[in-house]
Amino acid sequence: MSVSAISDDRSTLKSRLRRAERVQRLRAIGLVLPLFLFILVVFVTPIIILMTRAVDNPEIADSLPLTSAALANWDREDVPGEDVFAAFAVDLVAAQKNKATGLIGKRLNYEMPGTRSKVLQAGRAAEKMTAAPYKDAFLKLDPLWGKIETWKVLERASHRNTTFYLLKAVDLQWSANDEIVNVAPDQALFRDVFVRTLGISTLVTFATLLLGFPLAYMLATLPPKHSNILMILVLLPFWTSLLVRTTAWVVLLQTEGPINDLLLFLGLTDERLQLIFSRFGTIVAMTHIQLPFTLLPIYSVMRTISPNYVRAARSLGAGPFHAFWTIYFPQTMPGIAAGCLLTFILSLGYYITPALVGGPTDQMISYFVALYTNKELNWGQASALGAILLMATLVLYAVYNRLVGIDKMKLG
Amino acid sequence: MALPPYASPLERLWRVAFILLCALVLLFLISPIPAIMPLSFNAEPYFTYPMPGLSMKWYADFFQDPRWLDSVRASVFIAVCTTGLSMVFGTLAALGLSRSNFPHRALVMAFLISPMIVPVVITAVGMYFFFATLGFNNTYFGIILAHTALATPFVVITVTATLIGFDQSLIRAGASLGAPPMTVFRKVTFPLILPGIISRALFAFITSFDEVVVVLFIASPDQRTLPKQMFSGIREQISPTIAAAATLLIISAALMLVAVELLRRRSERLRGISS
Repeated sequence: MSVSAISDDRSTLKSRLRRAERVQRLRAIGLVLPLFLFILVVFVTPIIILMTRAVDNPEIADSLPLTSAALANWDREDVPGEDVFAAFAVDLVAAQKNKATGLIGKRLNYEMPGTRSKVLQAGRAAEKMTAAPYKDAFLKLDPLWGKIETWKVLERASHRNTTFYLLKAVDLQWSANDEIVNVAPDQALFRDVFVRTLGISTLVTFATLLLGFPLAYMLATLPPKHSNILMILVLLPFWTSLLVRTTAWVVLLQTEGPINDLLLFLGLTDERLQLIFSRFGTIVAMTHIQLPFTLLPIYSVMRTISPNYVRAARSLGAGPFHAFWTIYFPQTMPGIAAGCLLTFILSLGYYITPALVGGPTDQMISYFVALYTNKELNWGQASALGAILLMATLVLYAVYNRLVGIDKMKLG
Repeated sequence: MALPPYASPLERLWRVAFILLCALVLLFLISPIPAIMPLSFNAEPYFTYPMPGLSMKWYADFFQDPRWLDSVRASVFIAVCTTGLSMVFGTLAALGLSRSNFPHRALVMAFLISPMIVPVVITAVGMYFFFATLGFNNTYFGIILAHTALATPFVVITVTATLIGFDQSLIRAGASLGAPPMTVFRKVTFPLILPGIISRALFAFITSFDEVVVVLFIASPDQRTLPKQMFSGIREQISPTIAAAATLLIISAALMLVAVELLRRRSERLRGISS
């Protein structure tokens, strides 16, 4: 066999190996593909739709098409001229037929509270207007139509995309001078809600760490025979329905409930305390539910720490606390980071527990997303709040993935 | 954990305090569960101790009220379908992801797990908008799809972990003895990962069985699940029937926990981790 034949043979072997590897990789991708597509369609598409809804602004553009077109040429210096008012009158008559005036009124009401009834009134009046000048007719109808602010709001609302909801979600708005300013203090709401959500999540994370760390340490250092039994006490609540645990806290914390009984019996209080529908109740119930999520990652890291390090430190003369703090504790950091980040991320999105155990001033951002979707039917605002919450969650998730690695997530 | 004989009195004292602290944390973790169970046997419709008498009437209520029974039926149906779908999707994906040469593994994994991390309210509202255009709202089909998206990440995480810890030389041994890949999978891989898969199936089942937020958004009264029934019950007027339902759920959780623990032991024995 000549030298070239050998090298030929080697190259075909190499290419065959490469081909085999490629086939294997394709097969692996093929296995993941069904779930990938499923998540893309069923989970990612809805979220993208939610994100677009946060800037989606179809009401005025759809219901007042001629006015929107006429306002596009408006100089924004003075109250618009007759052409805009004429278009407005024609649009309103059509809207009146399609029963769309309510929608227009609702949309304008978001930016100028109290205008809804005036739009409805204008709709009814427009049907009786037969000839020019329309401008005078509207100005006579209500001073609202003679204000330049009204038309600036209408003009801004006539675009198909808007920053209104996103700005509102952080208590900002466009002023009459086209600057971004804080909303009136009596309407500012959401910054408080975000701060509250972050505050509650931080407190809950801190509480789960404070309670979870010693217990994880004990479980990790006890002989398996004992720790397995105690572990059941951690895992049983973890496997029990969230609603059952929340119900249990409703029962325990109520004014006539066992905890109040106990406090009275021990003489710690003279009267029954308001434990439920309070911040205290929310934090306690959330801490209870999140505790295993913090504890389990810490526990699984502690299990891998060899006791020899601490023994070595002690034999070199370190005191028990010193040995623990400088030798053992730093090795638990990956578990602490994993558990605390997971708990913090999950706490940000809490809805059920605060809704059932918390009071009106303990509701977190999820509650407002639900409220604006189901009750207020202001889907733009719901989506904008959701988009901000989602962004915060995804950023933290990326940090988690960087620090911990998503495949190292351990549950139970 | 045991203290060395040379421990100082301060160390001994600290140790007692430490054990006490851990006992309190364990008490905090477990106490809500035994606290709610006896109330389901209360003769009076109150949620207070001491109970004036015992009665089974709340259980009779639960098992006679068609609303509760229908809700259990609806929940079981949804959870069974969800478990089936998420096991198929999740196990296939985990088999692919556990191959060492999978491209961009961490990134794909992060994507597949994201339904677990994104706040459920956001998922629920998004699905509400999306399913409205498809006509899936107020259908069992829509709820099953949504629950499958929420439950599958748990399957992917744990089955992947099981497979990565899997001894690949067993597959090579099977192949070297002349078995085709499918036979190796059927006879070697599958029996070994089966306990892990079943325990994850249980987890997927309770994820769906327990889920309420998505159901609140995309379901109509026709798809009233058990959590939904409980949620409205707690909100409106809390009755001991809820305590009865809660007790039944706690018992089923305990049974599942036992099943998972037995499966874990079996899996370890199969792989020769513990003798």
